[in-house]
Amino acid sequence: MLVLITYDVATSSKNGTRRLRKVAKKCQDYGQRVQNSVFECVVDATELTKLKKELVDLIDEELDSLRIYRLGNNYQKKVEHIGVKESFNIEAPLIF
Amino acid sequence: MRKLLNTLFVTTPETYLALDGENIVIKKEDTTLGRVPLHNLESIVTTGYLGASPALMRKCAEKNIGLTFLTNTGKFGSRVTGGTTGNVTLRKKQYRLSDIEEESLAIARHFIIGKLYNQRWMLERLTRENPMRIDVERFKQISGELKNYIEDIRLIDNLESLRGIEGQAANRYFLLFDQMILQQKSDFGFYGRNRRPPLDNVNAMLSLAYTLLAQECAAALETVGLDPYVGFMHQDRPGRASLALDLMEELRGIYADRFVLTLINKKMITEKDFVKKESGAVILTDDGRRIFFQKWQEKKQEQIQHPFLGEKINWGLVPYAQALLLSRFLREDLDGYPPFLWK
Repeated sequence: MLVLITYDVATSSKNGTRRLRKVAKKCQDYGQRVQNSVFECVVDATELTKLKKELVDLIDEELDSLRIYRLGNNYQKKVEHIGVKESFNIEAPLIF
Repeated sequence: MRKLLNTLFVTTPETYLALDGENIVIKKEDTTLGRVPLHNLESIVTTGYLGASPALMRKCAEKNIGLTFLTNTGKFGSRVTGGTTGNVTLRKKQYRLSDIEEESLAIARHFIIGKLYNQRWMLERLTRENPMRIDVERFKQISGELKNYIEDIRLIDNLESLRGIEGQAANRYFLLFDQMILQQKSDFGFYGRNRRPPLDNVNAMLSLAYTLLAQECAAALETVGLDPYVGFMHQDRPGRASLALDLMEELRGIYADRFVLTLINKKMITEKDFVKKESGAVILTDDGRRIFFQKWQEKKQEQIQHPFLGEKINWGLVPYAQALLLSRFLREDLDGYPPFLWK
């Protein structure tokens, strides 16, 4: 399934920037960065549980927030892109 | 059934593959062409010259992602595999049976029956769908011969005869291959199978398709814990994935040949996608190879009903499903190995 992950990490402190970097890195391990703090990940249920736990461990729940949107397996029609930075479909033929 | 993951093809020359966290990063000089999370990938096939970082290779081996290097002519170069995993008892059983001619024959026979059955189905289907454009009588005749060969295979008692029949049947089948090409006849004639190097457009594509299919069969066998190098029909030879070649037999016609025919007959690929080298070898251009890989991948994602399992799976999972059935037979959960018989 496709999940959309967005986050807000409070960067006012030095620890905040470190958390932000780690959260971004973790999201990138699982998916594609489509906008600055927005990631699209194609994962199965196990991977999602794992990813969620890893992210929760990274953030400071007092200061930061995390939103996860499950778009299901038939997500193709649910996503529309306008403007620059067109992303690629991870399940279509990948040829570079 | 397992989910079919994607294959990443890297065809741009001068690219380097690196690892970043859990991502594969495709780099060309200083620019990043793309990055893909590894957990979405089943295998990586590259025809680039520069190669891949050791860290990436290690990661692929660890995560069981096939990493295959082809030369720019599409010839197999090398494949990275991790430590052998899976079931020791299963593999020992495989080794034991491969040393006993009788037992090997019992399995090898089914690979070839599958191959001939599927080729027959291709011939029959063509006579049904295009009776005006092919020599129906000739197709019927050779289809009948293949049927007789299948009967013969049931009765033989040694591997040598099996290889003999297989060779004869292949010759007869390839006699009709030229007629199966229905479009672009002037650019895509077939006058017999040649390889190392392929000397015409059709052979160039067949060779590439067989290379890809052999890789996928080898990876599928490894996934279920079998040793792709120890075959039943193909004899052991250092560096040759004999069992992968065995398993591939039943899929050659129905999967690889049909794929190549579709590319030609639907005009997805044309004369301009090939170049002839000075040596006489014909290879696909970079653009041609790109189209080829793209269509190959699309084909793998098509759904079919597996005739034995009765389950809907992707075409790309067929080698895996067959490897699974073979391992079930070796474990004695099945009385015989059921080849993939398409209908």
